[in-house]
Amino acid sequence: MAEIRIEQLSRRFGDFVAVEGSSFTIEDGSFFVMLGPSGCGKTTTLRMIAGLELPTGGRILLDGEDITLRRAAERDIAFVFQLFALYPHMNVRQNIAFPLKCQGMPRAEIRPRVEEAARLLRIDHLLGRRVSGLSGGDRQRVALGRAIVRRPKAFLMDEPLGALDAEFRRLMCGELRELHDRIDATTVYVTHDQLEAMAMADRIAIMNQGRVEQVGTPQEIYDRPTSMFVADFIGSPPMNFLAFEGEARPGDCRVRLGDIDVAIPEPCERSSGAALALGVRPEHVAFDDSSALRGTVFGIEYLGTTQVVTVSTAYGPVKARISSGVKAQIGEIVGLRFRTEALVLFDGATRRSIAATRGGGFHG
Amino acid sequence: MAEVSLVSVTKRFQTVTAVDRLSLDIADGELVVLLGPTGAGKTTTLRLIAGLEQADAGMVRIDGHDVTRMPPAARDIAFVFQQYSLYPHLTVYDNLAFPLRAPARRRPEAEIAKRVREIAALLRIEDKLQNRATRLSGGEMQRVAIGRALVRRPAIYLMDEPLSSLDAKLRAELRLELKRIQSELGATILYVTHDQVEAMTMASRIGIMSEGRLVQIGTPREIYERPHSAYVASRLGTPAINLFPAELIVAPGAPAGTRTIGARTEHLRIRPANGGARARVRRVEHLGDQSHVHVEIDGRALVTLADPHAPLAAGDAVSIDLVNPIYFDGEGRRIEAAP
Repeated sequence: MAEIRIEQLSRRFGDFVAVEGSSFTIEDGSFFVMLGPSGCGKTTTLRMIAGLELPTGGRILLDGEDITLRRAAERDIAFVFQLFALYPHMNVRQNIAFPLKCQGMPRAEIRPRVEEAARLLRIDHLLGRRVSGLSGGDRQRVALGRAIVRRPKAFLMDEPLGALDAEFRRLMCGELRELHDRIDATTVYVTHDQLEAMAMADRIAIMNQGRVEQVGTPQEIYDRPTSMFVADFIGSPPMNFLAFEGEARPGDCRVRLGDIDVAIPEPCERSSGAALALGVRPEHVAFDDSSALRGTVFGIEYLGTTQVVTVSTAYGPVKARISSGVKAQIGEIVGLRFRTEALVLFDGATRRSIAATRGGGFHG
Repeated sequence: MAEVSLVSVTKRFQTVTAVDRLSLDIADGELVVLLGPTGAGKTTTLRLIAGLEQADAGMVRIDGHDVTRMPPAARDIAFVFQQYSLYPHLTVYDNLAFPLRAPARRRPEAEIAKRVREIAALLRIEDKLQNRATRLSGGEMQRVAIGRALVRRPAIYLMDEPLSSLDAKLRAELRLELKRIQSELGATILYVTHDQVEAMTMASRIGIMSEGRLVQIGTPREIYERPHSAYVASRLGTPAINLFPAELIVAPGAPAGTRTIGARTEHLRIRPANGGARARVRRVEHLGDQSHVHVEIDGRALVTLADPHAPLAAGDAVSIDLVNPIYFDGEGRRIEAAP
């Protein structure tokens, strides 16, 4: 088993900085997700952990041992590419056994290892079958079997579900996580899909332009984003930002949104200028006729149990996720109330949260 | 704008009946969404109205005229495809103007300019009009593709998954925009998708398709709250409705003949229980705004939503109560609960 520690890791390609001073620790046995838009450096980071790419700065430690410059084959890490890459002319058993055969393991040892892997994946009844006749899900399981049969210290996965349709992806997400819970191997998983990350991760590192923006549990990142980038990247619909001019003095627990006094849950740090943004997630916005913050209903999206109502305000559009039992009409003027403990105040210039964080979060 | 009707239309491809005696009336100014899995016949229905396919039986009527045997160009329609196909050598302006310069319906340039600017404003791409079509982001290109349909005023706009090639964020934005534009123009739209969120948020009415048939049509709320069958119930809602045999959990109000119970999140009440309970939490998926709670009861998995800060964890024993769930008979048809 393995703990992976990344220290000040950087990678440049000529003038282009792909990864810049990343530091984080992936705990032994955890499911760790690197999340971000394309080009943020998540795959490059993963490839450096695998040894497929050498860093231009920083260190990678596997169980305390510096492996930064060690060859990929000597790292005891399994890299799972897009799943589905199987040898079509071999049966399931041969496919799973292949990596062990390549290592020159004696046949008598291979057999029980393959059977154990197949049992863990619940495909032991398919061992004699040809892979070409298998369903998509079973092929995916065989591909996974080929990774786990080596019993590596860690698994690295680069968007393994990227090519699948939405429904099947959800199913495989659940299976991957359940498999992880059974074998408890450290897993580093790269994706650009926030739902996948939220559903599977113990901890998430969100990356943006080569830098780690925030590391935390899915709920921490969702509830206490440390930057507007994170707040906007996570959540569907994402966090609302009400842009306003104001002053945030250290220790303040209220801000003035025009004439409206808004309580914030945590005392402020100092803001860099007068530009502020109040962040509120759609499910923490409610209709309240007595509220001084008013706006016009611009759009209504019915979602069954809930609806998302977009309200145009003087501070920009605000989406509210409310019960579909609440009546709303396009063009109607409504008052909005926010759940105080869920608000986040951002500095409009630095785009970082300026409320003192409650801990747990991590400034990258 | 006008009314469009399909009267018992059938279309076969060799041995496969792609569209099976389908009847549908789309009223003026309505946005009807056809929803169904791949192969349900949604796109074929759209193509039958466009004239890109010929019906084997039945009739297609646009604005009261029988157009069943007419070629596409003679039908008053505009089609938006899934993959935007713009002219790469032309500017955004010229791409938008293109349909109005077609020989058959050529308009004066002054009128074209006015119309292009109107539509560009509606789609919020006024500042891109002089850009080459290839120098746009994916979302902008798709707006131009939609705009190229909107510059005309046909009887009906036919749209085949126009947003499916875009990323989730952009799709959510354009969904709302398209709905706003549709109501501002009073446009009649038939829209095909397999994305239930698109269907629920945009449609005046949703038509649920299965194996070439239109199995139910109604407002999103009707389809969600009063599905005719277990199949329809399973098309809408995230997480998907839980369908299980009536014996699994006792429902006091179940009408006679109930074989299957359909329970959405709002029909399930989950509470922590002592060790003797039959149900157990298998997994809690934190999705931020809500959590998906996977519960196992007698070997069956149920999924429901909970507040992200609800004190539920894997392994917890829970009790489950049903609150006004949906009842289905042995054929999967919904039966009304006793009043």
